[in-house]
Amino acid sequence: MQAARLTPLLSLAGLLSLWVVAAVLTDDAQILPKPWQLGPLFLQEAGSGELWSHLLATIIRVLWAFGLAMTLGTLLGLIMGRSPRTNAWLDPWLVVFLNLPALVLIVLCYLWIGLTEAAAIIAVTLNKVPNVAVVIREGARALDPDLDAMAQVYKMPWLSRMRHVIFPQLAPFIAAAARSGVAVIWKIVLVVEFLGRSSGIGFQIHLYFQLFDVAMVLVYAFSFICVMLLVEWLLLQPFERSTRRWRTA
Amino acid sequence: MIEVNIESKAFGSTPVLGPIRFGVRAGETVALTGPSGIGKSTVLRILAGIDEQFEGTITRPDEVAFVFQEPTLLPWRSVLKNILVPHPRLTPQQGHEALKSVGLEDKAEFFPNQLSLGQQRRLSLARAFARTPELLIMDEPFVSLDAETADEMMRLTEKLIVAHQPAALFVTHDRREAERLADRVILLEHKPTGAEIARDGNEVTAAEIDGVGPG
Ligand SMILES: Nc1ncnc2c1ncn2[C@@H]1O[C@H](COP(=O)(O)OP(=O)(O)OP(=O)(O)O)[C@@H](O)[C@H]1O
Ligand SMILES: [Mg+2]
Repeated sequence: MQAARLTPLLSLAGLLSLWVVAAVLTDDAQILPKPWQLGPLFLQEAGSGELWSHLLATIIRVLWAFGLAMTLGTLLGLIMGRSPRTNAWLDPWLVVFLNLPALVLIVLCYLWIGLTEAAAIIAVTLNKVPNVAVVIREGARALDPDLDAMAQVYKMPWLSRMRHVIFPQLAPFIAAAARSGVAVIWKIVLVVEFLGRSSGIGFQIHLYFQLFDVAMVLVYAFSFICVMLLVEWLLLQPFERSTRRWRTA
Repeated sequence: MIEVNIESKAFGSTPVLGPIRFGVRAGETVALTGPSGIGKSTVLRILAGIDEQFEGTITRPDEVAFVFQEPTLLPWRSVLKNILVPHPRLTPQQGHEALKSVGLEDKAEFFPNQLSLGQQRRLSLARAFARTPELLIMDEPFVSLDAETADEMMRLTEKLIVAHQPAALFVTHDRREAERLADRVILLEHKPTGAEIARDGNEVTAAEIDGVGPG
């Protein structure tokens, strides 16, 4: 038990020491800075406000794309899971979009819509909608037909059916889609920013990539990773637990 | 008041029901019986408006209640909410009264999975009667209950039927259930073009019901 808890910590410590060893061997802060050399840089970026404004720009894009992808994907998945006819028509599209590389969609969106904020968010959204739809479709197929019949007999209005009958059954699937959704979206957002935005973490990484400044690339990357881990622990995991509460009551 | 006039019903190319015609008056309780798989549940679903893919016409009132074979509760909502969510016009006070009528008044804040099967069945009965149904439909409401619980459920059902006087139609394989609750028994039989009514009245004999055996 004790050992099992220590393993991930030891493993991370191992990774860190590997970094230190590599940094000592290269002995060139330009190529690979030592971990503690990032501290002052981080303070400098945070102090000047640069870090926060770019972090905020990226988070806003993540939120937009996440909200749109979850809404559209849930609707699509629900319709496809409930109606075999619609599913037969839309399933091939889903397969195409699932297999379209993220980069292709991003480039096409920029080419067709222009290097705009809308294009960036649409590109990320389109990348994620098919995955959400597939997960929610599974959930919609597993909906209990007896509860549907019950809702119909008692003439429950549409909104009430959604809220009390459908949504609680879909909640675990929505939570799963949200978790994998955030994980994918924030990575794609960086690529979108890298290719065609003038703000955000991805843009800063692009900037320092051109200046060959590895330390700054790492500072921005790590800051964002920390934020996303916090989102995972503070928002997504509690939501997932809350969708299961009635089972253990 | 309730008119069932089914000409035919098929699942895909398989005919299930042939011509079936009967009526149920307000305050009358009718038992529907017949061999397993003949289409009794299908008749109930058509009458309730759950299944609309059939040839024929149905006359039914607005206020319909259905007691399913399984309790069919919302596991993620409290016992009280299970009454109030399908009947949003009821006040919480009326919800508590509905629970009281089936002896669940002290379980209002429980979740369904904290109730025994018998209690879940009673909750589903309370939900059916909460808004004084004009048509009550029950699909084998007393199966897989032990004799004592089944007896208690039947007593409760009788009481509620007397109090609310709905037109009631229920499926059963049990002669004693039919004799005890029903004014009339409808027996279905197989025909090549789908099930039809073999007998309709109070002269359906005990042996005929027993003959169909448990479903
Ligand atoms: N959704 C469906 N799709 C295809 N066939 C179905 C469907 N529902 C029922 N059937 C078929 O219709 C016939 C009648 O089914 P139904 O459930 O009405 O029988 P039942 O008389 O209620 O039987 P039991 O006494 O066992 O409950 C059966 O042969 C069944 O296989
Ligand atoms: Mg049946």
